[in-house]
Amino acid sequence: MKNSLRFYLQLTFTLLVCAFLIVPVVLSVLAGVTENFFVGLSSGFTLRWVAQVWDTYQMTIWRSVLIAVACLAVTLVVGVPLAYMLARHQGGNSRLARIFEELLMMPVAVPGLATALALIMAYGQYRAFRGSLLFILVGHVLFTLPFMVRPVLAVMQSSQLAVLEEAAASLGAGMRQRFFGVVIPNAASGILAGALMVVTLSIGEFNITWMLHTPLTMTLPVGLADAYASMRLEVGSAYTLIFLLMIVPLLVAMQWVTQTSRTRVRL
Amino acid sequence: MSVQLTRSSQPRRKRPAGKVWLFAVPGMTLFAVFWLLPMLRLVGVGASGPTGAMAYLAVLTNRHYLWSLVATLLLSAVVTVATLAISSSVGLFLQRNRFPGKSLLMAMLTFPLAFPGVVVGFMVIMLAGRQGLIGALTDKLFGEPLVFAYSLAGLFIGYLYFSIPRVILTVMAAAEKLDPALEEAARSLGANPLRVFFDVVAPALTPALISSGAICFATSIGAFGTAFTLATNIDVLPMAIYNEFTSYANFAMAAALSIVLGLITWIALALARSLSGSSVPATA
Repeated sequence: MKNSLRFYLQLTFTLLVCAFLIVPVVLSVLAGVTENFFVGLSSGFTLRWVAQVWDTYQMTIWRSVLIAVACLAVTLVVGVPLAYMLARHQGGNSRLARIFEELLMMPVAVPGLATALALIMAYGQYRAFRGSLLFILVGHVLFTLPFMVRPVLAVMQSSQLAVLEEAAASLGAGMRQRFFGVVIPNAASGILAGALMVVTLSIGEFNITWMLHTPLTMTLPVGLADAYASMRLEVGSAYTLIFLLMIVPLLVAMQWVTQTSRTRVRL
Repeated sequence: MSVQLTRSSQPRRKRPAGKVWLFAVPGMTLFAVFWLLPMLRLVGVGASGPTGAMAYLAVLTNRHYLWSLVATLLLSAVVTVATLAISSSVGLFLQRNRFPGKSLLMAMLTFPLAFPGVVVGFMVIMLAGRQGLIGALTDKLFGEPLVFAYSLAGLFIGYLYFSIPRVILTVMAAAEKLDPALEEAARSLGANPLRVFFDVVAPALTPALISSGAICFATSIGAFGTAFTLATNIDVLPMAIYNEFTSYANFAMAAALSIVLGLITWIALALARSLSGSSVPATA
């Protein structure tokens, strides 16, 4: 009896916390499709605000997708080999590799504002670079690189992969052959997890992007901030709704990847 | 040892493991060119103002910056304590009990994980803003709308919103590894639930709580998007840096303050790592 009372008390608390997290999301989604949120839902549903956002901010959405894809490409090309070095340098217990790992986390540990200011002070005078999407891409790559390297490194450090590589080496496979033929296929789960994380983070990145953007390189989160500040609540909500629709598939995919990789580990 | 064996059995290849450092060259070059060197330059810019290197002490000597720093640290500390308390009770509950609808509840609790700071700010406006839920409810109940989104209280709610899902996940992962036999043993020896919690459960969760608390603290100190969405005049250090840079074009002071801010978050994370003894996975 006493135990079940405790259960229901804890359940109520958990539901309250859940309500705190979800109610604003629901309100925002509703506001995005309501004629007049101040009047209430009785004013009727409409897609007018979504259409208005699409007209005004469409480019920010495409820009964010473009930057996320480019960011993924760069972190893949640069991050996967980097993780391999961190896992294998001097047989896996290299001081240098630990220092590199530590350094790579710095753009995440240090506030994005500092990273952005540093980039502006160092490269802001190159006007063409400063005004291009490339400038924002650099910031996103710095911020997301550790999220690619970490899961890939974790898979590469598993003992099983070292054994496979050794087998390949003993059969005469060179380093390049081992990397593309053994390491990459076996690290696929880590690469996939990292890739999803990189895309999700890049699409939502604001702290660095806000300082780096120009009116012509506005991304989705920057557009969101702009809409929240200058448009009516319904427009901001409709914009948020579009953002949510973009990240939900990514979140579902991430959930799926962690679940499948977890069951594989249990086996 | 087996590695030695394979190496010596392949005399055709020269130094088979010697070139692995080449794999790090593109990544570390990118990092050095676009982060390390600009950061060093930022340190220099910080000391280039009219007061020179003294700018780094301005955060302590200037009354305005000092107040921003104190407000930022206090807010972050309170957020961290509140988040840890809320999330560990929710996380433990979810890890211990099975009930219908649990996976749906889990999905809803972790949904806000991918929200950037700006969206979190908007969620606070939805709750406590001028047209928010709390305002509407209090208006109906007391005839006076309660609006607190555009202040430090709103920022507190925002950071709580941002941090709770993250810490719930960490607590659940840590509680999963907890051996239920230990608690049973304590209970069978006559310890009451409170005693079991503080003597058995809490010590086992401490490393996870320290590391996720540090991440929560560091992100609250450095977060910018939420404050920016709520109001540009909230007096926290990231907003002070932003205003220094954009409104007053005081680049040296902005640089010095952001270096100080970066040092604080970095120290918080490094301290937590040495205390908890494991690597802190930053999820900012």
